[in-house]
Amino acid sequence: MMQGVTLRKMKNHLMSFVMLACTLAVLIPLGLIFFHIVKMGISSLSLDFFTHIPAPTGEPGGGMANGMLGSLIMIGGASLIGLPIGILGAIYLSEFGGSKISTLIRFAADVLSGTPSIITGMVAYTLLVVPMKGFSGLAGSIALAMIMIPIVLRTTEEQLKMVPGSLREASLALGVPFWRTSLKVTLRSALSGVLTGILLAVARIAGETAPLLFTALGNQFWSKNVMQPMAALPLQIFSFAIAPYEDWHKLAWAGALVLVTVMFALSLTARYFGRTRQAR
Amino acid sequence: MEIDARSSYCSNETETNVAPVTTHTRPAQSAKKVNGDYVFRCLTTLFALSILAILALMIYEMTGESMPAIKAFGWKFVTSREWDAVQGIFGALPYLYGSVVSSVLALLLATPLSIGAALFITEVAPGKIGAIVAPLVELLAAIPSVIYGLWGVLVMAPWLQSTVQPFLIEHFGFIPLFQGAPYGVSMLAAIFILMIMVVPIITSITREVLLAVPQSQKEAAIALGATRWETIKIAILPYGKSGILGAAILGLGRAIGETMAVTMVIGNAPNISLSLLSPAYTMPSVIANEFAETTSKLHASALMEIGLILMLVTLVVNALARLLIWSVSRSAKGGAA
Repeated sequence: MMQGVTLRKMKNHLMSFVMLACTLAVLIPLGLIFFHIVKMGISSLSLDFFTHIPAPTGEPGGGMANGMLGSLIMIGGASLIGLPIGILGAIYLSEFGGSKISTLIRFAADVLSGTPSIITGMVAYTLLVVPMKGFSGLAGSIALAMIMIPIVLRTTEEQLKMVPGSLREASLALGVPFWRTSLKVTLRSALSGVLTGILLAVARIAGETAPLLFTALGNQFWSKNVMQPMAALPLQIFSFAIAPYEDWHKLAWAGALVLVTVMFALSLTARYFGRTRQAR
Repeated sequence: MEIDARSSYCSNETETNVAPVTTHTRPAQSAKKVNGDYVFRCLTTLFALSILAILALMIYEMTGESMPAIKAFGWKFVTSREWDAVQGIFGALPYLYGSVVSSVLALLLATPLSIGAALFITEVAPGKIGAIVAPLVELLAAIPSVIYGLWGVLVMAPWLQSTVQPFLIEHFGFIPLFQGAPYGVSMLAAIFILMIMVVPIITSITREVLLAVPQSQKEAAIALGATRWETIKIAILPYGKSGILGAAILGLGRAIGETMAVTMVIGNAPNISLSLLSPAYTMPSVIANEFAETTSKLHASALMEIGLILMLVTLVVNALARLLIWSVSRSAKGGAA
């Protein structure tokens, strides 16, 4: 009897240990990645990185300033296109929805967000790059917007649904028209949650590389014209990482550090907004 | 907010259903004609419908563009291993093989680890450790794949080449899986990088599933004298079974569609080799490498067909995963009520 109990206790300890080992096995590679990005990134990062374009092959130095600018322009463009569609679409789903068409739209959004991003790139290529006869930052923006829309739509909808109906009714009872109630009362009450969703969506598209391969293409020089091929930070990290030059690898690490820092900052800000919402 | 509502109310005494911007800026005449609610409803409907339009356009384009390849090759497209852009013969078997093998093996490695980690975070670890590790894992799930690829190609692949692969060849070389030369970039590298990438996803979803297990289930097991492991075995895991399966399948969907990291470490050679040490190719990788510079219409169409297959596979996989996860959260709600 006692032996059975001891055996069970030992088994319990053994399995607890196995679970701890699993957790460590999960965290160690991720910790290593983080460690290398910080270590290699800091040693390669310089002021030049933020102010210069990549140096020609074989020459040391240079930076990814054009990639950062291009990424900012394309993320801005994607937000301009994606945010209105995502947010107003979400208002439709939460305020007017409930019918079959809403279920269909939710399903479509889920399918879109599950589709590999490289497919989005292919579609943007056939729809935009081929008719416009050239790669362009605009096509890149639209491809990114297609990734952004389903994320913004679903998070915004969830936040809007959490706004109590009594708040809407109170506003309507005061004679405020429905549209103004939706924008000024419902959306505003859910604002911090909506912002969280937007920030997470921006963080997501900031790191996307695959949809830009056939749309923005990348550019070794300054590129501010959205109708021309445009540089992007993730694209530069990709092409520099697979190139056989030590100097380029360094730039890629520096780029990775910048990208990860920006994304973590966005995620943490998003978490902060999410928390203040919950605390309320 | 309140002040807002009141001011609208004041300006609105005479005209109930009219768009009231602030009283002094509104052009008095035109506002009377425009029905704000109607416009608003139309506008939101339009934007919501545009999402359907995007999906429809996507499917239409993918199918339309892959038609030439479907017509030219039929089923041979997925059974032939010949991919010759010069002669215009396209068979996608090596890419299908590479995608399936790399993602399934990555998943087989990642799932037990993730379940163990999720159990540790929710059931075993003291509250504070769990509260630190869980958001950390979620944060790591957000790292872009190009950065995993960068690490994979510059750190992991050289390490595999210098340490792991020679070891495997020396000690396990009699198994066909580990025969050949150590290249570094290989199927093995792709499996490892995919495993590292899907682990945070599976862990965080499994954690959510485990948190949905009703407290009463655990308490019942504990009341019967079960140890912590026995509680997990008899109460928690059976309850969360389908949800955990869903999490794993969602990880599979992510792994199959993963492009950048895999492209950077798999070696991009269309081999169908039993050996995990040899370079291989996947569906997203071949698209990433060849689509921007196709040599003919048929070549582009063949890549489109690969994309179409990829899209359909991920669609089915994701739908299955969502169904499974949804069934758990629904029964959890039903149990609570």
